[in-house]
Amino acid sequence: MSELVSLWRRHVLSGLAALPAALLPGGARAQAPHAGHAAPPAPGATPAATPATPATGPATGPTTPPRPQAWLFLNPLEVEAVEALMGRLLPADGNGPGAREAGGAIFLDRQLAGAWGAGAHLYTKGPIARGTAAQGYQLGLAPAELFRLGLAQLDEVCRQQQGGRRFAELDTATQDQVITALEKNQLALGPLPGGIFFSQMMEATLESFFADPIHGGNQDMVGWKLVGFPGYYSSYFNVIERHNLPYNRPPVSLADHAHARHGDSAAPEGKL
Amino acid sequence: MARTLPATDVVIIGSGWSGGIIGKELAAAGQRVVMLERGAPQWTSPDWAPPQVHDELKYDRRHEMHQNAAKETYTFRNATSETALPMRSFTFAYPGDKLGGAGAHWAGVTYRFDEVEFRLRSHYTQKYGASILEGLTSQDWPVSYSDLEPYYEKFERLAGTSGKAGNLRGQKIVGGNPFEAPRQSEYPNPPMKVPFAAALFGESAANLGLHPFIQPASLVTRPYVNSEGLQMSPCAYCGFCASHGCEHFAKASPNICILPAALKQPSFELRTNAHVLRIELTADRKRATGVTYVDAAGEELFQPAEMVFSCAFAINNARLFLLSGIGTPYDPSTNEGQVGRNFTHQSRGNVQLFFSEDFHLNPFMGAGAAAVTLDDYNGDNFDHGPLGFVGGAYVQIQVVGAGPITFRPTPPGTPRWGSAYKAALKRYYNHAITLGTSGASQAQRGSYLSLDPTYTDAWGQPLLRITHDYNEQDLKLSNFVVDRAMEIAKGMRGVQQAVPNKMRRPYSTATYQTTHLTGGTIMGDSPANSAVNRYGQSWDVPNVFTVGANLFPQNASWNPTSTIGALSYFVTEKVKNEYLRTPGPLVPA
Repeated sequence: MSELVSLWRRHVLSGLAALPAALLPGGARAQAPHAGHAAPPAPGATPAATPATPATGPATGPTTPPRPQAWLFLNPLEVEAVEALMGRLLPADGNGPGAREAGGAIFLDRQLAGAWGAGAHLYTKGPIARGTAAQGYQLGLAPAELFRLGLAQLDEVCRQQQGGRRFAELDTATQDQVITALEKNQLALGPLPGGIFFSQMMEATLESFFADPIHGGNQDMVGWKLVGFPGYYSSYFNVIERHNLPYNRPPVSLADHAHARHGDSAAPEGKL
Repeated sequence: MARTLPATDVVIIGSGWSGGIIGKELAAAGQRVVMLERGAPQWTSPDWAPPQVHDELKYDRRHEMHQNAAKETYTFRNATSETALPMRSFTFAYPGDKLGGAGAHWAGVTYRFDEVEFRLRSHYTQKYGASILEGLTSQDWPVSYSDLEPYYEKFERLAGTSGKAGNLRGQKIVGGNPFEAPRQSEYPNPPMKVPFAAALFGESAANLGLHPFIQPASLVTRPYVNSEGLQMSPCAYCGFCASHGCEHFAKASPNICILPAALKQPSFELRTNAHVLRIELTADRKRATGVTYVDAAGEELFQPAEMVFSCAFAINNARLFLLSGIGTPYDPSTNEGQVGRNFTHQSRGNVQLFFSEDFHLNPFMGAGAAAVTLDDYNGDNFDHGPLGFVGGAYVQIQVVGAGPITFRPTPPGTPRWGSAYKAALKRYYNHAITLGTSGASQAQRGSYLSLDPTYTDAWGQPLLRITHDYNEQDLKLSNFVVDRAMEIAKGMRGVQQAVPNKMRRPYSTATYQTTHLTGGTIMGDSPANSAVNRYGQSWDVPNVFTVGANLFPQNASWNPTSTIGALSYFVTEKVKNEYLRTPGPLVPA
């Protein structure tokens, strides 16, 4: 074994060896779970990592979305449309609450009422031209204008095509069909290409679900808990080389800063 | 009509690394220096105070520290046959917009270029024949690695760079980068800690006989007092790094490493919210008289000066030259004119890795430059004969910190929304990482910078227009290196699926590339092949200098910052020792 190989092997194994067994997956069974892999599975050889099966069990956590003190930008019909959209884009399911239940509409309402909604950091001067895909987004609409137009047009299109019902009034299967048509850019929202509205709405939904809760969405940090992101801890100095550590500290929001601590300081109970 | 201010010796446009170094050095040499920064002031305290600076939405998504596209953006087209359109928001690169420039929100990656890079055309032509560079306008630098070596060291001591030498005065050292050009001294600080995914990469690469090493980084790894006597503190691996300011005083920036020292000089003055419109020239366009700028209240001011240093973000310097009428704009149809030519970006590629669920990668523990990397497929460290391209790429796993708004890895074929997508986010967030390649980019005739004929900035001046697409070289490079990266991926423990992503035409501004935009006012040994000489001095207007990645004749694989820092010291020393005594061209035209 070359000197460099042994150097790197030590690097990887030292992290694993340093772990208390209780913190390893499977507890004491897995002292150094990967040290013996002589032949790792060949990546790409098999579609081993097809998307995990969606959790279809009953939703856990809150089932109704939180209410703000007052809406800053969205009108009542827009609130209904946004919550219906977010409820399908990242739904409540067996994996926990979705973007709607986490306050996604409150997040988007605040964003649209603020600098971003008004077009901060967005060049809106004309002439406006469609351009190529490589030239990126070319509409001159600020987000507040884009969402106002898109949400109104969405309801209008649904009324025309779905017997007078707005998007929020459709059953979820029909809502999914409409979203799929938008995603595939097969449904125009008046002058607005459906694909652009879909991607903007999906980006906003993801932002709401994963931004710090101080922004109004991701309430109770449900988005972070879903994926295991611990939030804003200010240091991992002492744990970054504890390789393969199942990091199970509860997440911390910027709003929790009074209780903040480094992510690697010893907890009173002596474990992470 | 602009109001004329009292004259000064030196005007510096921009407060990033090059402006900070040059401004401080010239002020210390007794010059009266006025630094004009277009953006607002920002300092570690109070602007990057915890906990607020750990806000992914504000910094990564809302561009808190990035150039404000609403005021000034670029227009873009793939070819001269297209009409350029404005990049309406910054996606492809993140130039800076406030005090410290992009140096305040960079990631800290700190490579030196190797010896071959500086004599790129002559080296590859001699070794592989002229045809290997056919159709390209890449050329030799007018400086060598050994010219810059002492100045690289100066920059590393300023920035507190951490790393391990692999070539100390010719002696190879295991664990460092054996391909690096000889260093005269060890790094100021020991290497960074190694995140899990990066260690797995290092292990696989070493098993293949490659030479992985811990990436050099200007994130200090122990308490450190830099060459200006300024205190830095160890990196905490908090994971909010690139696009953020550092609350720990760990990530080197002009704001903590050089500007405080400049401000201590009695003859140094910093003016923020001072947006420079143009460098003013005499009627014969052979001498600069000063610069015109707009202050926060919108008043136009003329600052007379004996010397002007254009130290804005790389390609923004080319725009200032074009707006000011310095030199001759490049014309791709004739290949004549020097200002705007040899625009390059980066040849990219990657392999997305998806791990089994018992591999907890913890990608949120990281730092902008925390990586294990290798140069086996970089520079001329491998045989290019049968491959048909020059240069190469570094291959690495870097764990920058993984805010979940931006870090959402899912395998190809995953639905883009709904319960299945949500389940995939849960499954892969802690069990996926990107194995990246960062490659050189060669210059070509059709890739250049010019003033846009239609779109204007907030002050009514033409935007800079970028015309660019990948050339065959860059595509071949990406193709080759991603194949090599796949070999490393296949040997990594825990990997269930590895998905290669090779660079494809067209070059797009709709996705992030890197912020390593280069060229536009390149340095060379003659006015016939460059806009400025080896000291960043304009061939046409010798009291105008510029230092930034705009000087690079083509882009190397390695990140540009330390070469910009080294050039800043190299230029300043020449100016102090010669120009100040006898102003005029430092190299005969």
